[in-house]
Amino acid sequence: MANFENVVVETDLLILGGGMAACGAAVEAAYWAKQHGLKVTLVDKAAVDRSGAVAMGLSAINQYVGLRDGVNTVKDYVDYVRNDLMGITREDLVANIARHVDSTVHLFEKWGLPIWLDENGKYVHEGRWQLMINGESYKVVVAEAAKNALLQSGVGQIFERVFIVGPLMDGDRCAGAVGFSVREEKFYIFKAKATLVAMGGAVHVFKPRSSGEGMGRAWYPPWNSGSSAYFTIKAGAEMTCQEVRFIPVRFKDAYGPVGAWFLLFKSRATNAMGGDYMVERRSELEKWAPYGRVKPIPANLRNYLGMLDVMEGKGPIYMRTEEAIQKIAEQYKDDEKAYKKKMRELESEAWEDFLDMTISQALLWAATNVQPEERSSEIAAAEPYFIGSHSGASGAWVSGPEDLQTPETKPLYFWGYTNMSTVKGLFCAGDASGASSHKFSSGSHAEGRIAAKSAVKFIVQNNTMPAVDPAQIERLKAEILKPLDTYEQHKNATTDPEINPNYIKPRMFMFRLQKIMDEYAGGVTAQFTTNEALLNRALELLAFLKEDSQKLAAANLHELMRCWENVHRMWQAEAHVRTMLFRQETRWPGYYFRADKPSMDEQNWRVFANCRWDPGTGQWQMFTRPILSIFPQPKEHELLGG
Amino acid sequence: MPSYVNPEKCDGCKALDKTACQYICPNDLMVLDKATMKAYNRDVTMCWECYNCVKICPTQAVEVRGYADFIPMGASATPMRSTDSIMWTVTFRNGMIKRFKFPIRTTPEGGAVPDGGFATGGDLSSPALFTEPASLGIPEVFTLKR
Repeated sequence: MANFENVVVETDLLILGGGMAACGAAVEAAYWAKQHGLKVTLVDKAAVDRSGAVAMGLSAINQYVGLRDGVNTVKDYVDYVRNDLMGITREDLVANIARHVDSTVHLFEKWGLPIWLDENGKYVHEGRWQLMINGESYKVVVAEAAKNALLQSGVGQIFERVFIVGPLMDGDRCAGAVGFSVREEKFYIFKAKATLVAMGGAVHVFKPRSSGEGMGRAWYPPWNSGSSAYFTIKAGAEMTCQEVRFIPVRFKDAYGPVGAWFLLFKSRATNAMGGDYMVERRSELEKWAPYGRVKPIPANLRNYLGMLDVMEGKGPIYMRTEEAIQKIAEQYKDDEKAYKKKMRELESEAWEDFLDMTISQALLWAATNVQPEERSSEIAAAEPYFIGSHSGASGAWVSGPEDLQTPETKPLYFWGYTNMSTVKGLFCAGDASGASSHKFSSGSHAEGRIAAKSAVKFIVQNNTMPAVDPAQIERLKAEILKPLDTYEQHKNATTDPEINPNYIKPRMFMFRLQKIMDEYAGGVTAQFTTNEALLNRALELLAFLKEDSQKLAAANLHELMRCWENVHRMWQAEAHVRTMLFRQETRWPGYYFRADKPSMDEQNWRVFANCRWDPGTGQWQMFTRPILSIFPQPKEHELLGG
Repeated sequence: MPSYVNPEKCDGCKALDKTACQYICPNDLMVLDKATMKAYNRDVTMCWECYNCVKICPTQAVEVRGYADFIPMGASATPMRSTDSIMWTVTFRNGMIKRFKFPIRTTPEGGAVPDGGFATGGDLSSPALFTEPASLGIPEVFTLKR
């Protein structure tokens, strides 16, 4: 076996990940750990300054409720999220994030994030819930506060470039995590009283639209490889909304953001004939009532109307940037100086939107000589992604807070510690926790804080170090390092290390997964459409893939990480296929379409579709959980204005 | 190629304690070739074009050539990031040049205070986070009215 040194780290709270949720967890945990004399350890597979989904920056904060201004309420946000997810939402979890998110945004501002202010010193809103920022260094600023919190207080330590593979267990309690350094031959064993998973969502489970260099240009970053899902599934945690993938419609190919164009600049999108699918296809929305009748129209239904145009051959779909900019500037047309100034401002805002968060889109504009004030740019639906944040919902099934339950919800949605999964001592936040959509960057940070405080409470009340059987560690170490051994053993059997009948390299393994998912599970080339037979075929092919994962081979530490990232993706894929198969309807037609069950079935399927992989038997269990409200449900007419 | 390294400018960060681009790349792509003391991007199909290697390079040796499978050749976007702002030079395929400058932070580097100056406290069983309610700007944390 590869000769790796064992590094054992014992800590009280283990935070896995380094993105927005993990940084929120670090800031909050440091305070409570100091009060209670505990230690906190954060492990990131990259460098915290620029890791996670916000690594490049962002041009907006998409969740700000603005409670201090008295305009919106927590319930308003819950109403918005429930409808966007076609009714499938844990109100207690969404409300919990919504009541804390402003606090986190105000901290960002104090830490140094420039939030746009209007002439009265109020935040500039992109939309009802969205704030405009100069966000190039958003992650740097948030990481700095997290690092200062952990390191200056003396309670914490940070490991960078350590890739976490999976959980350590003490019976039914999570006892920490194992992984390896991607820089030196060291195997890490983290033993902890509580573990907080915040390792992001999953990208590259489905075949991306681009097949060459542009493969890396996913909308969500390619380093989100399903590590949260794998960790929680393998620990035996109940998972929720695994059928919910997110497909963003973005500027075509480089996936530049559309939020500023639709919300701030009020742009239209039109097809090749100049038709506006949001107008021309309005009647289609009735089929998806009551959700289709509500404003704002759910993201997946907006997607769907555009997809219908494309499937009918009415593409390309254009974002009418030139029209939107002209409309705004027109207000200044009588004053040439003011007009020129406004045009310059709008031009700069349009470019910053891309340069802050999707630089490739700026490059694409420049390379095709596009000036947005002069001509439109194409938009298109991207490939599917798995995220618990943004408009996704997949993740672990976690406990809600006790004070946001009703007598009816409490027995179902509360089990002792907020944001704890169904596995003792295992907490989840950000993309790792499910059924709490629309938390975005700010809500993920807030949820990390919520989960960390709760985890510290768990530690104080369960203050024993779990026992870990040394045999478990040795077994995991052998399994995790096996791709290196496989490569060493067989590399000389052929003249080209890339082709060898004894093993499969991680890159081709990923392509095989992506092809299965794309063609059978409703990817881009299948027009996001699938059915029972296709999904069953996907499961057959995934079973072969899972067997072949035993033959993954890695020539070095980087490839070893790639091997395990792809195993993580494969488990996310399986949970997804099984849950799409389980849900006997089409509920999010703009995310996926079950052609054999083409309608929504409110009677039977307005429920959570949950699943659990049993670590004891290796079997999957599929089951439903009821959707219960903590707020009075709005009358339909109340939702039409928003 | 996505990010690439100009061998004439790259000095392998030999005067620093770590190779800057290798340290920062979120996807573990930038590597220092110890034989030549030059860095390179080891897998251009997994590059997000996040520009973090470009922004951090102390010798401006790292640049980006847009994804060859969908971006026509000849354009560039070049950042100069300082402690409080970033300057972009965008060169079009047709030779047009645009320059933009945006703020990136309002506080000195390194100075983010975890509690943001808000009053801290509370107890472990309350739903209030450590800076709340002060950081919310309202008198108390929302809860369900009984």
